[in-house]
Amino acid sequence: MNTEFTLAGKTFSSRLFTGTGKFSSGKIMEAAILASESELVTVALKRVRGGGQGDDILDYLKHPKISLLPNTSGVRNAKEAVFAAQLAREALETNWLKLEIHPDPRYLLPDAVETLLATEELVKLGFIVLPYIPADPVLCKRLEEVGAAAVMPLGAPIGSNKGLCTKDQLAIIIEQSKVPVIIDAGIGAPSHAAEALEMGADAVLVNTAIAASEDPIRIAIAFKLAVQAGRIAFEAKLPRPGNIAKGTSPLLSFLTD
Amino acid sequence: MDTFENIIRDLEWEKTRKEIMETTTEEVLFALKSRQKSLRNFKALISPAAAPFLEEMATISHQATQKRFGKTIQMYAPLYLSNVCQNICPYCAFSADNPIPRKTLTETEIREEAMSLKNAGFDHVLLVTGEAQHEVGTKYIGKAISLVRTIFSQVSIEVQPLETEEYKELIKNGLTSVLVYQETYHRNRYKIHHPKGKKSNYAFRLATPERLGAAGIHKIGLGALLGLEDWRTDSYFTAMHLFYLEKKYWKSKFSISFPRLRPIERDTRKANTNQAMNVISDRELVQLICAYRICNDFVELSISTRESETFRDYIFQLGITSMSAGSKTNPGGYVGGEKSLEQFEIADHRSAAKISEVVRRKGYEVVWKDWENQWQIV
Repeated sequence: MNTEFTLAGKTFSSRLFTGTGKFSSGKIMEAAILASESELVTVALKRVRGGGQGDDILDYLKHPKISLLPNTSGVRNAKEAVFAAQLAREALETNWLKLEIHPDPRYLLPDAVETLLATEELVKLGFIVLPYIPADPVLCKRLEEVGAAAVMPLGAPIGSNKGLCTKDQLAIIIEQSKVPVIIDAGIGAPSHAAEALEMGADAVLVNTAIAASEDPIRIAIAFKLAVQAGRIAFEAKLPRPGNIAKGTSPLLSFLTD
Repeated sequence: MDTFENIIRDLEWEKTRKEIMETTTEEVLFALKSRQKSLRNFKALISPAAAPFLEEMATISHQATQKRFGKTIQMYAPLYLSNVCQNICPYCAFSADNPIPRKTLTETEIREEAMSLKNAGFDHVLLVTGEAQHEVGTKYIGKAISLVRTIFSQVSIEVQPLETEEYKELIKNGLTSVLVYQETYHRNRYKIHHPKGKKSNYAFRLATPERLGAAGIHKIGLGALLGLEDWRTDSYFTAMHLFYLEKKYWKSKFSISFPRLRPIERDTRKANTNQAMNVISDRELVQLICAYRICNDFVELSISTRESETFRDYIFQLGITSMSAGSKTNPGGYVGGEKSLEQFEIADHRSAAKISEVVRRKGYEVVWKDWENQWQIV
């Protein structure tokens, strides 16, 4: 229904990325992700048990269309992140990485300085780095320069469900970015996701709003449709407030040629 | 100097207690409506005036916990390494003056206990000792951590308070979090409850979380022994301690535990405390847990097997984020050690498998693993 989306050479038919935390069971997580039709799913490496210990989060994500995106949730600086990334690459057999460095364990806000340092290092080590960052347009350009495959600015703090609180900054990022812009964190309702896509964001990542809801499967479907609607509206050039309006009085009547 | 001890130095216990007891319904309503994360609101919500609003408190707490932590419960188990203790605490079975057999596990025994827990599914272990610097000093604890960190991805300890440098060493060994309870924040009564041993030093114990923060620990567990003194006042001081530490050590996580004295323990140990005055009821404990959550979205709240099956089966949905299960409180207990060595009587004897089944039936996922201790020692 929408145009496909290419990220680091890989094509996705869904612009909705999802998370795997906070679900009440592996089965419900699996059903919700399948219902969302998401094709890129982020997994906290710290939650992966591995080693055939049974009831592992990964057991529910073995579907041909689902690619895993390990994240570094839990690390506090660039050094720890680089180490965790290498473990993730080994454990999940992918060089894709959602880089999350939040030294603040409460609002989980990303550390811009450490994220830039780690991105530079990880790109050199051959990773496809998708950094989770504050909605800072200059930081986005800096990350682009050191080889980030995309940028993932936040709409609001993780798990807050507050929507696109950083809207004005996000608009600048979308306008300036050469790499895909994925809005991550804070998206609490399908309408928030639709809004992000309408603005021209390439994709969104949603977790809490689906996982912690009363009915994760139906909410996942709602997000899927909202993301599709938002993208169609963007491609159909939905006029957005702030777009330059046509003048109602003829300002150019003096031009005769 | 900016220390918690300086902050509470001039705070009068009796005055604080009176303020809590005299909270008005209006103050409680304000706290419930504003949802502001403040100590003032915490004070209102633990007051007797908030008791009629317990249903509302439980609803808010339940929702706030699910939003932040999801429908999940973290599971851990204590591993008692030793019951040797130099302190005299009239409420504790490990008290130096209590004539019980003493035991400290050898490396082989630690490994056996650890494997038994691992086989039961655990991936987060809490190492516990009595407080005896000679018998179970930093070196012994460090060795134990190095040993179990190859088996578990998260290692916590509950041992005697140590110095900053010692904590730094243990963190290098793979230590992730430390629990240290002040027992009571009442300075004078603290002395009565802890007349001898290193533990009699109120200030040293009080500053322990600050030493931990300075050492860069990932998580610090706080708590007061509910029932030793007025639980409301002690909890107010605990919350104040938490709020203070969160600002000062902004990179560390915090958890609160709710150890409560049971009448039976005090009878056994003939403790000199006014039981009737200080005892906290089930209903009041629910109120306390909800008050923490309403005033703090992020703090982890933990409940142990001291509590009964019924209480635990319901309370975990009202704000709790982690539980122990299948616990033994005697060194060697998992592979069949002597029961006479135990610290306190367990009320919930169900196995970890049984408890996780209950948790799942109620629509929650049991999280065994939520850490990777290899990261922190790069």
